[in-house]
Amino acid sequence: MQRHQYDVVIVGAGGAGMRAALESSKRTRTAVLTKLYPTRSHTGAAQGGMCAALANVEEDNWEWHTFDTVKGGDFLVDQDAAEVMCREAVDAVLDLEKMGLPFNRTAEGKIDQRFFGGHTRNHGEAVVRRSCFAADRTGHMILQTLYQQCIKQNVEFFNEFYVLDLLMVAGKATGVVAYELATGELHIFSAKSIVFASGGFGKVFRTTSNAHTLTGDGMGIVWRKGLPLEDMEFFQFHPTGLAGLGVLLSEAARGEGGILRNKDNERFMERYAPTVKDLAPRDMVARAMANEVREGRGCGPDGAYVMLDLTHLEPAHIDAKLPDITEFARTYLGVEPYTEQIPVFPTAHYAMGGIPTNIRGEALANNDDVIPGLYAAGEVACVSVHGANRLGTNSLLDINVFGRRAGIAAAEYAETAEFEELPERPEEFVVELVEGLRNATGSERVAAIRADLQATMDLNAQVYRTEGSLKQALVDIEALKSRFANVAVQDKGKRFNTDLLEAVELGFLIDLAEVLVVSALERKESRGGHFREDYDKRDDVNFMRHTMAYREVDAEGNVNIRLDYKPVVQTRYKPMERKY
Amino acid sequence: MDVKVKILRYNPEVTEDAEWVTYAVTLQPTDRVLDALHKIKWEQDGTLTFRRSCAHGVCGSDAMRINGRNRLACKTLIKDLNPDREITVEPIKGLPVLKDLVVDMEPFFDAYRSVMPFLVTDGHEPSRERIQSQADRERFDDTTKCILCAACTTSCPVFWSDGQYFGPQAIVGAHRFIFDSRDEGTEQRLEILNDKEGVWRCRTTFNCTDACPRGIEVTKAIQEVKRALIFRRV
Repeated sequence: MQRHQYDVVIVGAGGAGMRAALESSKRTRTAVLTKLYPTRSHTGAAQGGMCAALANVEEDNWEWHTFDTVKGGDFLVDQDAAEVMCREAVDAVLDLEKMGLPFNRTAEGKIDQRFFGGHTRNHGEAVVRRSCFAADRTGHMILQTLYQQCIKQNVEFFNEFYVLDLLMVAGKATGVVAYELATGELHIFSAKSIVFASGGFGKVFRTTSNAHTLTGDGMGIVWRKGLPLEDMEFFQFHPTGLAGLGVLLSEAARGEGGILRNKDNERFMERYAPTVKDLAPRDMVARAMANEVREGRGCGPDGAYVMLDLTHLEPAHIDAKLPDITEFARTYLGVEPYTEQIPVFPTAHYAMGGIPTNIRGEALANNDDVIPGLYAAGEVACVSVHGANRLGTNSLLDINVFGRRAGIAAAEYAETAEFEELPERPEEFVVELVEGLRNATGSERVAAIRADLQATMDLNAQVYRTEGSLKQALVDIEALKSRFANVAVQDKGKRFNTDLLEAVELGFLIDLAEVLVVSALERKESRGGHFREDYDKRDDVNFMRHTMAYREVDAEGNVNIRLDYKPVVQTRYKPMERKY
Repeated sequence: MDVKVKILRYNPEVTEDAEWVTYAVTLQPTDRVLDALHKIKWEQDGTLTFRRSCAHGVCGSDAMRINGRNRLACKTLIKDLNPDREITVEPIKGLPVLKDLVVDMEPFFDAYRSVMPFLVTDGHEPSRERIQSQADRERFDDTTKCILCAACTTSCPVFWSDGQYFGPQAIVGAHRFIFDSRDEGTEQRLEILNDKEGVWRCRTTFNCTDACPRGIEVTKAIQEVKRALIFRRV
């Protein structure tokens, strides 16, 4: 076992983690721990763009962007946080350009901008070109650019280190315990500040745009400490996943003029969102698609998907603006987007919920109190700028704005704080977790349990939910927990034991699936990404509030989930009916 | 369909030598090689070890040698591999193998880091964005697509035989900035590439271009860097 000491430890090296590292490593001694190599992070899979009211191609301002974010999030957004994000968006984009990000350009050589779902001029009047982009690989460019800057700045990385526990003393965060993949060795990191930037947990679903590695480790670690998770019932289903595979096809396809059609070749979004049509927010488009399929207007032999039509676009335009996603269609489905429509269906995409933070990125222990030394940013966090439904492009914005803020706040705190004494035997929990799994002799396999978890989540907690379906999911999860207690791994070695780590990750997924479902059961309304067929209206009287879930262990050692609630911060926008 | 997948296995915790092991798997023709590896790992032998993440060709984790060619396992479909015959999978060549299909990526990333792969500018920063024409932006578009998967570098015979050569990826990484109109670090970067283990070691075998899963014209990029060195302008 090795011991290390850093002022700031950042967990995760996607966009949020590296943006934080660029700030904190300028100010204090910083280490970035990542279970992948930094450039493998899923920020790189983001495609369509990053919105900011640059007004490079038409009139725009950050206040309109704020309004769209609040309305897009079905008014569950904390409006003070949305104001910060949309105001700082302009500098966040300009900062990336100065770091070298190769944005597409206008004829005058300025950063080009395009349409994106839910982004409008003058409070919903018409769609607006706000998304700054680099073809359909904007996330790739952000991830590469931030990594390049980290090289320039000599940021210290610990690659393929799995953080598995957070150390706390007297309510303060004091370090983390990490497992080194190459050797199986444990490392204790003592730190004054710890920033979680470890991404989402899309792998609770079967059909997902998320990487295999998005298993919610950061949220799971914090959860096991008894710290709250906010708004976990809100999960975004991206409308256009490649049918059957879930591979993401950017909303930019519709921003560039793509149209969704049902089996009658009807542009069905005209019925659901007459003004903005195919560029309605993702939750509305995903529900409309699922509804077309349910009502028998789906395409294909089983009527199981709808079509994304790009055939009216010029091939040269497609090549210039959408090269990657059209290649995905060719590679994985053998479809030629110049001449054929592409089969698509909603795919689990993004967790709106996560570790509650304030606008400085400080993690919260409850509705009001910060946890000294603990920060979170990006998908793992819930500020909440996305409320009940995130607008497209706002995640790349979120990681840059709040990654930066968390990095600064963590470094500033570290400059004034002292190192705390670590608990005795700080590695104890991780040793039990890892060795327990390594030495287990049960009969269950990790992959089988995970597949069953994903199946019940897809069936019961996806675009449409009811009390019955959610209760069924809970019953299934309970059974899966028993099976997981009887799991065994085959690889007993120390070296690159990915078999073992998949078991650890499955443990996080099961925990988080349960939090999602319990939170969803109690939210007896429909709002944004959470749609209850048995309560199909938004209910501002009873549910205009964030869910705060806590893990509690009673005197007999039983684990329970306790739900509490937190008020939504409203500044200038009063809730209104959400029409597009 | 029933497919046989032959994998070069190596685990120094167990044995000193690598050995080929053949697995029988039932797959769909449209499944990826990554799906085959997962089926083996998840249903037959949990000790099989490989890196992967995004599973659709953008993160660069799963470059491996499939039927003798460097490719991404997640971007190679079974039906495109002549699955009537055994499909062979082995680690990419020229980097130390650590376990099964996992190689030591540090020498590869060291080479990338050594070419100053970041924008270098002088003077005051503008208050808004730097202006760049569409033509200037297009000039280096091809090399911005790199995902650092190492398929090109580990397909290069010079890289295999010479422990010092940067390899094609590092030159791609440098090209992306050398031909960026906003960059002012070209002289320094070209000096690094002018080293005896630099760009001149390339023998234009085009293996790298064939290997690139992103379709980057790697050999062309290397030739452009050579020309820039000869004429000292880009």
